[in-house]
Amino acid sequence: MIALTLPAQDGGSFNPPSVTSHLAPFFTIGGFEFTKQMALVLLSVVIIAWFFVAAARKGQLVPGRLQFVGEMGYGFVRNSVAKDVIGAKDFKKYVPLLFSLFFFILLNNLYGTIPWIQLPSFSHVTGAYFLALLVYVVWIGVGIKVNGLRYFKLAVVPSGVPWYILPLVVPIEIISNFVVRPMTHSLRLFATMLAGHLIVLIAGSGIEFLIAQESWLLKGTSILVLAGATAMYMLEALIMVLQAYVFVLLTAIYIEGAVHADSH
Amino acid sequence: MNNLMVLASVNAADAAPSPLSVNWSELLVVAVGFAILMFIVVKFVVPMFEKTFADRTEAIEGGIAKAEKAQAEASAALDEYKQQLVDARTEANRIREEARSEGAQILADLKEKAAAESARITEQAQTAIAAERQAAVVSLRAEVGSLATTLAGRIVGESLDDDARSGRVVDRFLADLEKQSEGAAK
Repeated sequence: MIALTLPAQDGGSFNPPSVTSHLAPFFTIGGFEFTKQMALVLLSVVIIAWFFVAAARKGQLVPGRLQFVGEMGYGFVRNSVAKDVIGAKDFKKYVPLLFSLFFFILLNNLYGTIPWIQLPSFSHVTGAYFLALLVYVVWIGVGIKVNGLRYFKLAVVPSGVPWYILPLVVPIEIISNFVVRPMTHSLRLFATMLAGHLIVLIAGSGIEFLIAQESWLLKGTSILVLAGATAMYMLEALIMVLQAYVFVLLTAIYIEGAVHADSH
Repeated sequence: MNNLMVLASVNAADAAPSPLSVNWSELLVVAVGFAILMFIVVKFVVPMFEKTFADRTEAIEGGIAKAEKAQAEASAALDEYKQQLVDARTEANRIREEARSEGAQILADLKEKAAAESARITEQAQTAIAAERQAAVVSLRAEVGSLATTLAGRIVGESLDDDARSGRVVDRFLADLEKQSEGAAK
């Protein structure tokens, strides 16, 4: 709990939202609490599926506007992420996963920029855990499928390292590849989203609080907060896009490492 | 302020679970949602986009191939026409040459035929002349014989009507004549 209280002239004190603050669930069935975040996740699935199916369905050689936008989005993940990172020979199989991940994360992040929705789904850590775990299983599976069980040796014993350094290097590789990697993968997304979300919320409630003050001086300072919050809001929008890209880029790099474990 | 109150009340109500702890209901929803999305992407979105990309590549590369094929066909046709033209010229020359030699042949045949015909006609005429001459000689001999006999009879008053005798006389006379003519010829 962040203890941040300001002396207030009208008796109230500033009680900002914290990382443990949650909206009440929409409804509860047994132990299942259906929250706004869940509704948004499901909505994102509907929006992404609808948009891309509509864009891809016609399949015209000379695309219309919708198809063009859809092809740009698909082509970005396909060519700039999957093909460039994994290589032209092996990338096709992984395009669906990378594509789904990118737009799933992107849209769920961008919820944070939309007024009244303003809740990036991955500011709750569970979704980020799930996606990182999925990727973790996928790249290890790919590594074993391509290289056999030898993959684990390839993954933790870097080639060209003198044998007497190996006792030092191997544990580091094991920890960094198989333990830290999924954690950083998920927490990076979760932490940036939560931080951005909180900054916007704290700024918003701060403005609300300041405007409610009787002193005109204090009311006036809300403008400063508003200016700062607007700048942060822009930065957050950038980070939301960036984090979706980073997550997918890392996924592609992990898969590439597994596919081409021999040459690393 | 309302919003804040809600947040505050939830804050108080919750026993503040760690923000890093897993919410199993959320896990279920995200997993199911992402699974549905993956299914749609794998089943529809990616195949449709890939098909469009492939079609587009095909259309561009196919167009180039088609143009190249048309080019090749056109040049082949041109070659063929040229070849046909050459063939036709050769053929025409051959026909002309043939006609010429045929004409010469016909001319020679005709000449030969004409010569043969004229030879035949000449021969016929000669035969006819010879025959007529022969006939004339025979009839002359008879006539001259009888005339001479008659004349001689008149002159000598001797009837030479007897055939055998007259024949002998005539023969002798003629032989004399021939002797005379032979003598004249000598």
